[in-house]
Amino acid sequence: MKISRRRFIVSSAVVGGGILIGYSATRPSRHRIANRDLAQSGEHYVTSFLKLDPDNRVTVYVPHAEMGQGIHTSLAMMAADEMDADWELVNIEQAPATDLFANGAVVKGFAGEFGLPGFLMGLVNVSATKIAEIANMQITGGSSSVRFTGNTAMRTAGAAARQMLIECAANRWGVPAEECTTALSHVQHNASGRSFSYGELAADAAALEPPTNPMLKDRSQFNIVGKAISRNDIPAKVDGSAPYGIDYHSDDMLYAAIRFAPVFGTKLVSVDATEALKKRGVKRVVELEDSVAVVADSYWRAKEALKLVKSEFEASSNDTVSSADIAARFDAELASSDGEEDFESGNVEDAIANAADTIESSYRVPYLSHAPMEPMNCTVHFHDGKADLWTSTQDALGIRGRVAKIAGLNENDVTYHFSYVGGGFGRRLPFTWNVIDHATLIAKEFDVPVKTVLSREDDMQQDYYRPAVHSNFKAAFDSTGRVLAWHNRFTGPIQVAGASHIPYAIDNQSIRMVEGETHVPIAAWRSVDHSQQTFFTESFIDEMAHRTGVNPYQFRMDLLHKHPRHQKVLQVAAEAAGYGENLAEGHALGIAVQESFGSICAQVAEVSVGENGEARVHKVTAAIDCGWAVNPDTVEAQVESGIIFGLTAALYGEITIENGRVANNNFPDYEMVRMATSPEVEVHIVESGEALGGLGEPATPPIAAAVANGLYILTGQRIRELPLKNHDLSRTNPIASV
Amino acid sequence: MAKFKVNGVEHDLDIEPDMPLLWAIRDELGMTGTKFGCGIASCGACTVHVNGSAVRSCVLPVSAVEGQAITTIEGLAYAAAGSTQSTPSLTDVQQAWIDHQVPQCGYCQSGMIMAVSSLLASNPNPSDAEIDAGITNVCRCGSYPRIRKAIRALATA
Repeated sequence: MKISRRRFIVSSAVVGGGILIGYSATRPSRHRIANRDLAQSGEHYVTSFLKLDPDNRVTVYVPHAEMGQGIHTSLAMMAADEMDADWELVNIEQAPATDLFANGAVVKGFAGEFGLPGFLMGLVNVSATKIAEIANMQITGGSSSVRFTGNTAMRTAGAAARQMLIECAANRWGVPAEECTTALSHVQHNASGRSFSYGELAADAAALEPPTNPMLKDRSQFNIVGKAISRNDIPAKVDGSAPYGIDYHSDDMLYAAIRFAPVFGTKLVSVDATEALKKRGVKRVVELEDSVAVVADSYWRAKEALKLVKSEFEASSNDTVSSADIAARFDAELASSDGEEDFESGNVEDAIANAADTIESSYRVPYLSHAPMEPMNCTVHFHDGKADLWTSTQDALGIRGRVAKIAGLNENDVTYHFSYVGGGFGRRLPFTWNVIDHATLIAKEFDVPVKTVLSREDDMQQDYYRPAVHSNFKAAFDSTGRVLAWHNRFTGPIQVAGASHIPYAIDNQSIRMVEGETHVPIAAWRSVDHSQQTFFTESFIDEMAHRTGVNPYQFRMDLLHKHPRHQKVLQVAAEAAGYGENLAEGHALGIAVQESFGSICAQVAEVSVGENGEARVHKVTAAIDCGWAVNPDTVEAQVESGIIFGLTAALYGEITIENGRVANNNFPDYEMVRMATSPEVEVHIVESGEALGGLGEPATPPIAAAVANGLYILTGQRIRELPLKNHDLSRTNPIASV
Repeated sequence: MAKFKVNGVEHDLDIEPDMPLLWAIRDELGMTGTKFGCGIASCGACTVHVNGSAVRSCVLPVSAVEGQAITTIEGLAYAAAGSTQSTPSLTDVQQAWIDHQVPQCGYCQSGMIMAVSSLLASNPNPSDAEIDAGITNVCRCGSYPRIRKAIRALATA
């Protein structure tokens, strides 16, 4: 690959398994800006992402949000390892939300070389936003942090730092740089027994131009990466001291509770706040285009007073729309249109016409809410023509820009204050602005901090939802049971490319998407389209296996001969789960596999049917090939998390539209997996050594199909519609054998 | 007016008797370790101890805790050490949460730790069924398998 100096970061494989990074992330001007913006007396930056102090402490600035995925620790591990830093001397901080740390620079580098990363495609489609705007984000999503920022910027920064420190030491000693080695934050000259700490060299290093092509380590040379390092964010999360956006507090602050137009897209018509304004602590009632808010000196007082506000919202043509109407519309669209091409190969029509056997099935899933544990919130403090901002976000820089735009301020006059994120899952990505916009407009009427908080009910009813999707399948076989054709029509939109594609060797495929748009706002939801599409494709492939009489594991393996990584994770998961061996009475195993965000995850779910005909999931055995593991413990944690998140959706997840609005209110009618319903999860990491894959999302897609496939074996009921809570599984007609 | 002790400190607040304890703790006292999750006592993020027992503070009016001793996550270690004089180390439950790397986003974990601490105080060696029945808090990140492992490790310690 040609290395262009105009790009920030470009990578190239090196013969023998190494990787070479063309490095210009710290252009000279950028380098100087970094020093000016961040340096305090006696501190020197060796790259944009690393700070080395004279006392030999290294600070790694991570330009991503920590929402429990362990990204602060994992990215710091990658930088520190390349630097040969002593992990005990490494501090981790979230990078400030300033242009300097826009990871759009990384994205742009990749976009130029490889096209826009898939995880951003959905955002682009949803919002018609241009790449140029994305370049000003500090985004955490698409399971991308380790793959992009970590494996390029962080490692390169660390390697560049190490090279510069060696150069400094070699110059002082008057020896060739090749004779110097590094370990534990020291440069050594073994021939003479001399040694400098990195800190002693920091001042000299700051005067050097960073190298353009620092050599990165081979995986075998890692000292920190690959170890199960304890996450740095955890201690503050066990004693209540970890700051979340909702936790900002000052004695003079005010609080806003808000009532939105219940039907999406409608406007506020009139308000009578007479009674509310009489209540203790109430400061003002603020009318916005689509909502009304009460501002008071405590959130509870604001919320209570809001109950007394009479409000009227405009009528709309969506006022009678129900989930059933939307489903009927989707079915009509699928019946009347052949849609747009998603993937085509061979000739499906001919194959079906000449088939010995065909099967058809229709699947559907409902809208889902993100429901992060930390309710949506945003605190803004306008003062002196500037603003301070506290909110939990997956895109601090983008939020800063959004607040500035809404308030009519210069971006640099808005200061974002760090917080941990109490769950994101896509709800706190760009373009899901509702709480941010409202909080900004409300706070603009005051000169003290105003914290706007969405109640659980508000958030459930004013989310940007995982799209409801319908998907129709047809498959054709020859007389020997060989698969001839795969025909799939589903409702869109496509938020992330390729989620409906299958890895199975089927010559004739026709996969097309028809519009499925409604007035319900949508956004990325953990694993984006993969969570719906994998339920569909991995359930239907299971139907095909049973149709041919081949057990579902073997059926997949046979069709995956061009995908050895898929085969390997399936094999590891199946063997570990005891697939094909005797199980407890009334238990069965269901299997599924999906590649998403660069990782491949296979899952085997051990299921049974409970006393009330409900699905029970006892254990999930997962195997994931994420290339290689940066921090094995966070890999396991993310797989556990992704499975349980997906299982909640499979068992319970259903946002219901009635009269144009969301009927669900709170957790009891949007139930979650809890201790009593959580399966045991066993995770096997398969290190193929291939390119790093993501981890925040890839474990979510397979679980729904794995569970449903297991339940089919037990009950003979093929689940083609989620959630499972709507199915009475007590009617059992177990299938004979698989 | 409402009078109660939080983490050993007496408070005398000029607030409505029906204000939920959660909002008195968070907005009036400015102690933010106790979390708002659902507001209807369903998720347990707001769990605190009243006289040592776990309660969900988001629906508990301050009039119901008049004169009583409340412990929040910030005071858990002090309460366990029986002192407010010196800084105690973490409780065994908190340490187990670090050892087992339990929290992810962490938002629910104050409530989780308060609930588990209360469970183990009354039942030091709970069965799986007792854990299921006793810990009904919601963790959206799905830290349940690690919570169970941490509880088991504490029970056998």
